Amino acid sequence: MSSENAGFDPARIRALIARGKLKDALFSALGILCLGIGLLVIFALVADMAVKGAERFNLGFFLNFASRRATQAGILSAWVGSLLVMLVTAMTAVPLGVAAGLYLEEYARRNWITEVIEINITNLAAVPSIVYGLLALGIFVYAFGFGQSILSAGLTLALLILPIVIVATREAIRAIPAMIREGSMAVGATRWQTCRYHIVPYAMPGILTGVIIGLARAIGETAPIITIGALTFIAFLPPVPFSELADGTRAGLFDWVMSPFTVMPIQIFNWTSRPDPAFEVNAAAAGFVLMVMVLTMNAIAIWLRYRLRKNIKW
Amino acid sequence: MQTASAPALKAEARNFNFFYGDVQALKNINMPIHDKKVTALIGPSGCGKSTYLRSFNRMHDLYPGNRYEGEIRFYPDNTNLLAPGVDPIEVRMRVGMVFQKPNPFPKSVFENVAYGLRVRGEKNRRALDDKVEAALKGAAIWDEVKDRLQDLATNLSGGQQQRLCIARALATDPELLLFDEPTSALDPIATGAIEELVHELKQRVTILIVTHNMQQAARVSDYTAYMYLGEMIEFGKTDDIFIKPQDKRTEDYITGRMG
Ligand SMILES: Nc1ncnc2c1ncn2[C@@H]1O[C@H](COP(=O)(O)OP(=O)(O)OP(=O)(O)O)[C@@H](O)[C@H]1O
Ligand SMILES: [Mg+2]
Repeated sequence: MSSENAGFDPARIRALIARGKLKDALFSALGILCLGIGLLVIFALVADMAVKGAERFNLGFFLNFASRRATQAGILSAWVGSLLVMLVTAMTAVPLGVAAGLYLEEYARRNWITEVIEINITNLAAVPSIVYGLLALGIFVYAFGFGQSILSAGLTLALLILPIVIVATREAIRAIPAMIREGSMAVGATRWQTCRYHIVPYAMPGILTGVIIGLARAIGETAPIITIGALTFIAFLPPVPFSELADGTRAGLFDWVMSPFTVMPIQIFNWTSRPDPAFEVNAAAAGFVLMVMVLTMNAIAIWLRYRLRKNIKW
Repeated sequence: MQTASAPALKAEARNFNFFYGDVQALKNINMPIHDKKVTALIGPSGCGKSTYLRSFNRMHDLYPGNRYEGEIRFYPDNTNLLAPGVDPIEVRMRVGMVFQKPNPFPKSVFENVAYGLRVRGEKNRRALDDKVEAALKGAAIWDEVKDRLQDLATNLSGGQQQRLCIARALATDPELLLFDEPTSALDPIATGAIEELVHELKQRVTILIVTHNMQQAARVSDYTAYMYLGEMIEFGKTDDIFIKPQDKRTEDYITGRMG
């Protein structure tokens, strides 16, 4: 090193780097701690429910209806109800949400009307779920005469997750580069052809993720379902399509949607409010099952996203 | 078929102006595009080459606020591509485009090329197969992809992707093919392949190509237009433009004193 190079001082630079690295290490330790707290809480909750409910984990718990005796009470009507309500929710929220998102991104002209609609969709996502319950009680249960049915519940939860599906759809569409859209239009495609062959398929991983996150939220919702009048004690299943009914007639394909029902969170809520402490075991076991359902849905979302995204890159 | 005197025209801009909202990007452009010839658009960055090129397939219609004025006549039927009654989709069915950055769809090689045909309602498998093969051959990429037609197009190399995009545009037999700096994202070898291809393609299709590369313009084009600040400064045979430009600004640009 010649004397002109006096500005270069290895010791000083190394000290500087060392200080920077110390901060790196401190922050990553802090990050791991925060992450650990989050994970620990979830793990503790799930483990706690699993331990408390352990003695109920047998086939009978899944195949029995509710009962006055805790040891014989099961979650059959609750998990079937939850699945059927989710089915109605998905069948309504997905087409509505995807079509709305597609319209807003690909068709709507930018003007004050679309601005107002956009702001309102964001607001909808923030509406407390009980308010949807009140709305649904007035509209679906009474005005439309759907009663306290799976249909009413499914539509209510569909309203609840509609903003999530719309926002997920729009974000997935926005992630598609303009050059793909232009490439399609440049060969003479219409907007619809561009949507059908490109926009919707490429946005699908994002849309599905949004849908499943929405459904995972909906499956745990209690307030709006109670509001529209789900039963807390129910000892029958909705009619299977084309099965023989008690009065000798056959059920139609969609008779089940008009059936009374209960869902998992309501069943849990019901058990926790019983005086007999034996029901707390049932509540813990059912809570664990509900958690597993939610985690499974999230796992499916992650897997689908991975599978579908693998072939989509630009 | 063409008469010995004047070469036939494929298109012609007449008093053409273009506006991005209130900003005028192109000013009173008058320029012929000769049939089955390669016309190069050159000029410094931001002078409006892409804007002009994208007017020929009404790409600007995809975005709100854009406005055309004047005419782009299209021959032999002498329609004004910009007339309000002319459907931009019909225009794009006759005028193909290849973009600056290769933009294959994340689908198979086959589906990329077949797309334009599917859009036109072609369902017959044999017809699709034949036309896809012909287009891939036309774009000089058939030998490289014939055994991987079902592979993802996005896994091809950049140069292959660009030739695939050319095949996609060729599959529907366009009358005019627009290239917007098609080689700017490619290495010299891939660039050479595309230039050779452009040279061959002019047997069947009229070509309008934007390029930043003066040598490329000189190599591939029959006519050259020099644009500056949204205006058409000079248009002529490529040899004339490069050897004895009439306008001082053109001369400065091609001799490297500007731009
Ligand atoms: N979408 C747009 N909205 C507003 N102005 C635009 C838009 N696109 C381009 N412009 C402007 O129009 C002028 C011409 O742009 P254009 O892209 O046609 O230039 P270009 O000659 O293709 O440049 P380059 O060689 O860098 O690609 C520029 O001043 C540019 O800023
Ligand atoms: Mg450009």
